[in-house]
Amino acid sequence: MTNEKHIRKYPIFTEEMKKDYTILIPTMLPRHFKIMIGIMKAYGYKAELLENMGPDVITEGLKYVHNDTCYPAQLVIGQMIDALNSGKYDKNKVALMITQTGGGCRASNYIHLLRKALEKAGYGYIPVISLNFSGLEKESAFKMTPAILHRFLYAICYGDLLMNLVNQTKPYELNSGDAEALADLWTERLTAEMAKGKVSRRNAKKNYALIIEDFAKIPKGGSPKPRVGIVGEIFVKFSPLGNNNLEDFLVSEGAEVVVPGLLDFCLYVVYNGVLDRKLYGRNKKSSFLYKFLIKFFESYQMDLIKAIESEGSFNPPMPFHEVPPLTEGIIGMGVKMGEGWLLTAEMIELIHEGAMNIVCTQPFGCLPNHIAGKGMMKPIKEKYPEANIVAIDYDSGATKINQENRIKLMLSTAIISEDNRPIFNK
Amino acid sequence: MNTPTTAQITQNGENYIKIGIDIGSTTAKIVIADGDKVLFERYERHFSMVRAKTLELVRKAAPYLESKTVKVAISGSAGLGLAEETGIPFVQEVFATAEMAKSIAPDVSVVIELGGEDAKIIFFKGGIDQRMNGTCAGGTGAFIDQMATLLNVTPDELDELSLDCHKIYPIASRCGVFAKTDIQPLLNQGARKEDIAASIYQSVVNQTIAGLAQGRKIEGKVMFLGGPISFNEGLKRRFVETLGLSKENTFFPTYAKVSVALGAAIYASKQDVSFTYEELCSRIEKAQSATSTIQTLEPLFNTKDEYIAFSDRHKSASVEQKDISSYSGNAYLGIDCGSTTTKLVLVDDECNILYSFYDSNKGEPVEIVRAQLEKIYSVCGDRIKICASGVTGYGEELIKNAFGIDFGIVETMAHFGAAKHFRPDVDFILDIGGQDIKCFKVRNNSIDSIMLNEACSSGCGSFLETFAKSLGYSISDFSKMALFAKKPVQLGTRCTVFMNSSVKQAQKDGAEIADISAGLSVSVVKNAIYKVIRANSAEELGKSIVVQGGTFYNDAVLRAFEKEIGHDVIRPSIAGLMGAFGAALYAKDNISGSTTTITSAQLSAFSHTAKSATCRGCTNNCSLTVNTFSDGRKFISGNKCEKGLGESKTGGNAPNVHQFKRNYILSLERNPSATRSIGFPLALGMYELAPFWHAIFTKLGFDVILSGMSTREIYSLGQNSIPSDTACYPAKIMHGHIEKLICENVGAIFYPCLTYNFDEKSADNHFNCPVVAYYSELLYGNMDSLKEKKFLYPYLNIEDKKELEKELYDYLSKHYSDITKSDVKQAVKSGYEAHEKYMNAIENEGRKAIEYARNHGKRILVLAGRPYNIDMETGHSIDKLCESLGFVVVSEDSVWKLAKEKPKTRVLNQWTYHSRLYNAARFVCENSDAELCQLVYFGCGVDAVTTDETRDILENGGKLYTQIKIDEITNMGAVKIRLRSLIGALDERGTPAGNSR
Repeated sequence: MTNEKHIRKYPIFTEEMKKDYTILIPTMLPRHFKIMIGIMKAYGYKAELLENMGPDVITEGLKYVHNDTCYPAQLVIGQMIDALNSGKYDKNKVALMITQTGGGCRASNYIHLLRKALEKAGYGYIPVISLNFSGLEKESAFKMTPAILHRFLYAICYGDLLMNLVNQTKPYELNSGDAEALADLWTERLTAEMAKGKVSRRNAKKNYALIIEDFAKIPKGGSPKPRVGIVGEIFVKFSPLGNNNLEDFLVSEGAEVVVPGLLDFCLYVVYNGVLDRKLYGRNKKSSFLYKFLIKFFESYQMDLIKAIESEGSFNPPMPFHEVPPLTEGIIGMGVKMGEGWLLTAEMIELIHEGAMNIVCTQPFGCLPNHIAGKGMMKPIKEKYPEANIVAIDYDSGATKINQENRIKLMLSTAIISEDNRPIFNK
Repeated sequence: MNTPTTAQITQNGENYIKIGIDIGSTTAKIVIADGDKVLFERYERHFSMVRAKTLELVRKAAPYLESKTVKVAISGSAGLGLAEETGIPFVQEVFATAEMAKSIAPDVSVVIELGGEDAKIIFFKGGIDQRMNGTCAGGTGAFIDQMATLLNVTPDELDELSLDCHKIYPIASRCGVFAKTDIQPLLNQGARKEDIAASIYQSVVNQTIAGLAQGRKIEGKVMFLGGPISFNEGLKRRFVETLGLSKENTFFPTYAKVSVALGAAIYASKQDVSFTYEELCSRIEKAQSATSTIQTLEPLFNTKDEYIAFSDRHKSASVEQKDISSYSGNAYLGIDCGSTTTKLVLVDDECNILYSFYDSNKGEPVEIVRAQLEKIYSVCGDRIKICASGVTGYGEELIKNAFGIDFGIVETMAHFGAAKHFRPDVDFILDIGGQDIKCFKVRNNSIDSIMLNEACSSGCGSFLETFAKSLGYSISDFSKMALFAKKPVQLGTRCTVFMNSSVKQAQKDGAEIADISAGLSVSVVKNAIYKVIRANSAEELGKSIVVQGGTFYNDAVLRAFEKEIGHDVIRPSIAGLMGAFGAALYAKDNISGSTTTITSAQLSAFSHTAKSATCRGCTNNCSLTVNTFSDGRKFISGNKCEKGLGESKTGGNAPNVHQFKRNYILSLERNPSATRSIGFPLALGMYELAPFWHAIFTKLGFDVILSGMSTREIYSLGQNSIPSDTACYPAKIMHGHIEKLICENVGAIFYPCLTYNFDEKSADNHFNCPVVAYYSELLYGNMDSLKEKKFLYPYLNIEDKKELEKELYDYLSKHYSDITKSDVKQAVKSGYEAHEKYMNAIENEGRKAIEYARNHGKRILVLAGRPYNIDMETGHSIDKLCESLGFVVVSEDSVWKLAKEKPKTRVLNQWTYHSRLYNAARFVCENSDAELCQLVYFGCGVDAVTTDETRDILENGGKLYTQIKIDEITNMGAVKIRLRSLIGALDERGTPAGNSR
């Protein structure tokens, strides 16, 4: 018996489908992704961000994905199948999009797990598009051209800026909801702009200034709140679906949330291309390109930082070139699976920025985070004794109460440390 | 002891009394104090009635509170909801503990607190640091209660027993479910209860130290808090002994069990809010009617009529009972000695039931069976002749030996036989017993695939029972309540520990017991379907489904199952006796000649004692239980191989590739004349690369010292520095290997970071998994002992010889100035040669093994996974067990190249070790006499991808897929059942051994 007849070829997203298929995109960073959808529209793709978040999402995920697979895969796949089941979409006119990193972590397999799940659920005919920057799945009609990539970079910058400003405004806003509403308004405006194809660096700089100005105008008050940073596995770090609305919870507990942006992660991925050359002698040809890309990306990040600095009301993110050196003496830069050394570096970055209190999020059983997350807490605390880090596992079986209890514990340490240090420190 | 000192006057000048309320997962605590004087304290179980209990406690204290002004605060994991609804201040429990500690013992450096389901450590010195058990850590107080139930003693008796221990058995310390799996076999093997009791406490201590302290040393003055520690003397003793605490550094305060409540009271006194007593009562009262926000499910039954129709339908699947007191003729005995219960059935020639028995084995299965046999013989008299007997279940061998039972039958086969009696066309059997879920598909009248629950989700029937008890109900009342529950609560579908916290959440939100009970039944069912069977639809399970096992007597579970899969199933009236019934049928059908079953006369002289011992046959040091019977016969259990029995059953010199690899690695020669030495931890990737690095470093003039095969002792050496408890066992044992090398005073320690493995050109990529690749980073960050050692963990690229030469030279020359470029070049060359020689030797041994199997008519078993499976401790010597069951054992790396066709995977084939696995699976598909068993480590995220893929390859090739999940502690009994079921299924399928192609 041969294997062949049992292994089906998966359906490909073809040129014809471009016209009338809707591409469904999972919720990770709603604002970033919405702006990206605007860009895709300019290139003739019809895409939609999934917003179904109910309990059926994880139920479907558990049904069709191996239960020991990481929680993000269960959620993303569950959300897609739940959306297909909802009847909201013409099943013969949809395609699904999922990211594929291509590293040594099991996340590179999400797309295959999605295809397996679709087949099991009777949706084997629905094409899946891989969103990747490493040239995987070339036969797809979705082309990640340099032009799209370039525009995505704007979307990431806009998204990061909005996230950053919302986080710095929300805990202090006098009229509850102002910051979110403003961010939504700008997301809409930017998405429309992108769909029209209106992109230029000058325009972006102008937008940054306008956005920052708008946020600075929101009436704010109150004394400074303890700053709490969020790091971790990329999906549970960013996605409210993955982390049980962690940001909202922290704000409701009286914290100011600090979340390092998506651009850092993109830069990290590119940076690893350079490191591969340095450490392993691989990528001899492409190393030059990677170096160029880093410079290029970073100049865009600098536009953003300068805009925040020149307005003066908000804290800008740390420029990326300052991030890698933070790992020195703590973790090697060769740790490049999952979030790798960036995860460790971001914890230290937060400490440098005065966010001593950190929630390190990871899906249960996330292998890279054993090393770069939980494994690095001790050395970080040795170097920065005032660091107050809590690791939270996210999982379909983990209850919110348990997670919140542990986060509250971390927050109360923050308070004890402030109030009682003289009594306990000898 | 210092006493709390606080002002007693509110801001507007009134006197007040302070109240602290702590509502944990199982208990409610209250402390009422006037200044530093404690007036009233209570510690009571709340049986999920959080609000009612709180009110009751507050009312009980009325004499101290009436017409007074009070300042009150609530703490505890189940107290948050109440605090929110009543507007009473809430204080996080660790914060409360810190308040209390600060006030009564400012010189304390560490507080260890165990609660019902929480465990916490607070470090006060050198920066406050607090740790709390994670989502995977089992409960503590609740866990001890569960274990007491398992031993059939009260928690107090458990404590008493523990004080008289002689021996500590290793019991999994991570999670309660695991521990249960370890204790059950000990009980079944007849280990002393005193020893088990102490071992249970020890496991709690180990869990606290390894799981919470995570490398941070517990030293200075330690304060112990919480109910379990203050109630259990034995637990205290284990803590003090394990931590090596002196008397003056051990502090058990008077109010230990209500410490959080006391802390809350102190916290309350610092708040501005105050109430009158009457106001407080009315606020709590009002909160009782608050609405809940929990997610609910459909009721199991909407009407009484629905339930009646359901009951009638299930009554039809029954076996005829005959009166044993009037029957005369032949009879056949079947015994199912399960993990928590013992079942007996006596049938006549027509399969009618003459006698049956079902009860908890109370940890003494031999005694139960003896008493039952005595009873049967006394009723039978001379009228009935027992012609044959069969036994199945965990205690199969023990009972078979004790009572001369004719046949020992694998559980799965016994159940299949019984199910066929009810539905000859049965195509799916699901058995949910006390401790395990078993299910198998039937195709062509033989077992097609077997699924057993992995250690992680094993809380099944007994879980419901313990839960019922902890809430104060009998299991039958508890399940009856579920039937007409209006809003069953949606709980998790994972292991019981997770369910415990889901229940906690539901309690917090005010769910009723009936809804919780119904929700738990649904969880058990969902757990079975989605976690164990992993089915997507009812059609996938089969048309003709038989459900059995004691848990299905529970109508709520049965109904939940039918609802979940969307159609009716058969539940035989003897659902709980199916194993025993199947054993009896097997005995009836297979007896030839006379029975060896113990006679009535022999039985009256029968006695039995059990003693524990340690096997010295090899480095495994298995804990053995020696059972001695009255006639002097001995039965030894607990052994992993046949050595402990003092005899060799395996016979001959059958090749075993795992053993061959072990011998090869261990015989790598040292170079004692060398001037410098280097140590390799023999774990993870080093298992494969030892010959490679050994050759390189020997050539460079090093004496290479390997840390040797893992043992339990090695693990405990390094246990204290493990930061991530849920990493796989082969990674966690690394810490011990490093400690061992440090003890041996090696000059340097080497474990490189290897993102990429060798490129064997058979896959899309050739990564190592993140743990194999980067564990050194974690070791360096977390092991203080490494800081004083030369620890070499360079990032290297072994797939490219030139690159490796360069990288290795750059790195080593920094540490050893005399090493030259050409030295390294030479050394790397010999490294590659050594690696090739090793891989060739493995392949050669694989061919020899295959040839041997074919010449001797034996089955080939590819025991597959990773190179480090061969480790005696982390791999649990499963290869030896397979050998003793008649397989010729080979490894994936010895046969993968023999696959004629490359497997086409549906996932990214990107890990070197796993691409060998996929190829080995192809090899198995191409050879009718070969089977594959995949060893999977608990916590391995990568395996979630590879197991499904391997299963697909095998099943598409018409083969059975067998998986064994292993961890720190693995229940060898379950492993054996799985392997024997595989053999049974192969025999049934008529797949003969020794046939090539």
